[in-house]
Amino acid sequence: MKNILVIIRKQLADTLKNKTILIQFILFPVLTVVMENAIHIEGMQEMFFTKLFAVMYIGMAPLTATASIIAEEKEKNTLRVLMMANVRPFEYLLGVGIYVWTLCMIGAMVMMMGVTGDRRPAFLGIMGIGFMISILAGAAIGIFARNLMMATSLTMPIMLILAFAPMLAMFNDTIRKVAKIFYTLQLKEILDGMNPREISHASVMIIFANAIVLLGAFIFAYQRKGLD
Amino acid sequence: MIHVSNLSKSFRDKRVLNNISFDVPGGSIVGLLGPSGAGKTTMIKILTGQLSYDGGSVRVFNEEGGADENAGTEARNLTGRDKLRFGILMDNFGLYERLSCAGNLKVFADIYGVPHSKIRPALQSVGLEEAYRCSAMNLSKGMKSRLQLARVFMHNPDIIFLDEPTSGLDPKSARAVCRIIEEKKKEGATIFLTTHNMEEAARLCDKVFFLNNGKIAEEGNPIEICRRYEAEGRIHIEPSYADILEAVFLDITGKEAREEI
Ligand SMILES: Nc1ncnc2c1ncn2[C@@H]1O[C@H](COP(=O)(O)OP(=O)(O)OP(=O)(O)O)[C@@H](O)[C@H]1O
Ligand SMILES: [Mg+2]
Repeated sequence: MKNILVIIRKQLADTLKNKTILIQFILFPVLTVVMENAIHIEGMQEMFFTKLFAVMYIGMAPLTATASIIAEEKEKNTLRVLMMANVRPFEYLLGVGIYVWTLCMIGAMVMMMGVTGDRRPAFLGIMGIGFMISILAGAAIGIFARNLMMATSLTMPIMLILAFAPMLAMFNDTIRKVAKIFYTLQLKEILDGMNPREISHASVMIIFANAIVLLGAFIFAYQRKGLD
Repeated sequence: MIHVSNLSKSFRDKRVLNNISFDVPGGSIVGLLGPSGAGKTTMIKILTGQLSYDGGSVRVFNEEGGADENAGTEARNLTGRDKLRFGILMDNFGLYERLSCAGNLKVFADIYGVPHSKIRPALQSVGLEEAYRCSAMNLSKGMKSRLQLARVFMHNPDIIFLDEPTSGLDPKSARAVCRIIEEKKKEGATIFLTTHNMEEAARLCDKVFFLNNGKIAEEGNPIEICRRYEAEGRIHIEPSYADILEAVFLDITGKEAREEI
């Protein structure tokens, strides 16, 4: 328990100095606030940018941040030092996961400024679930990759699919049908409705299936590579 | 403190350690010497539970840590308590580059339960007090080594493994490091180190092992080994310009280091 806090504190100390990660966390929240306030087009869907960027945020920030934190720590061998100092793998992973999730949730709260009051809990709930699934995917990549470079090249295509499929799906029906199997598109459609009572069973099942598949990938990567 | 018997380790078909046995008594400084590729780092990795081995047994702190011969021994699973008593320096053990020197030590102080008030003295002991707030990535190679050493010593481990603790250090820093090692011995720690610097080995170690071709080729007190080899006429000693040059270096860079030693 104490070690989880140590890991979170270490990451916090690192955040302000780690520009590549920091930009991941603040890019979409800032973009959302700016676009929502600057652009108003006749007939545009309500909270268009908030919903779009929220899903892109889910598909990018937690995924790349988690993967690169773990991969860098492996590459520099600091993870080995932590393990030799009796930090257990689950403590480390939980610490990183909680840290990434918390920062993303702060970003989500910034994005939430354009969301009307009664919908805010639903918005945060959806974001929180999305972040968790993405963190799982990021952790699987970070564990599987041998170094930071490999992590980046593995993250890139997955991130593009998860983050951009929901946007492309708005313009192309074929893409929409295919992309429906990804949790980000499902979350986007739930965000569009933003009504917990309207969420379909199918959506829940698909998101759940995504989480299970990624949990499987995470366990596979962990069993194959461990944390060393 | 450390008890190794019939230890063997191969990488694929290459036998690196071949039926090695030795003991390290508590409270002593023991040096593992040998040419590059002899298996010194491999030995430390096995002793610290980072690497599995093929046969024999390894015991640290009087606890059985391996299986019988031919049993296919996993990397030893150290208990948490053991790990907290270990101090380990490997050349590839990294630092948090973006954190300051103090920030790096803070992480491990928290893990080991060392109060933050010990951080400044720990940096002082390796001559890094002025780099307290300096990011690790801006340190020179020698300063990084010293920061790693501060990390190893900070929690006062009972048993310290040092893989080439002075490689890459200038003579003055190297002497400072040797002094810390001697201090830790006085405080009761057991130290197991590797080095390519024979002068250091002679000065520091109570006992050395020469590892060659997978076997311990020679062992004993370094001074006694020297005397024995000289007496047997196997070696012939000439004055060395290296020693003189090092003395010159110390004279130029500051007398205090020399006088303290
Ligand atoms: N993971 C590994 N896979 C394959 N071979 C390895 C591995 N680690 C070490 N070896 C081999 O084992 C031998 C001993 O390596 P080791 O690093 O222990 O040498 P060393 O005595 O520490 O050398 P140096 O003085 O250069 O540090 C070398 O021949 C090396 O190639
Ligand atoms: Mg070595």
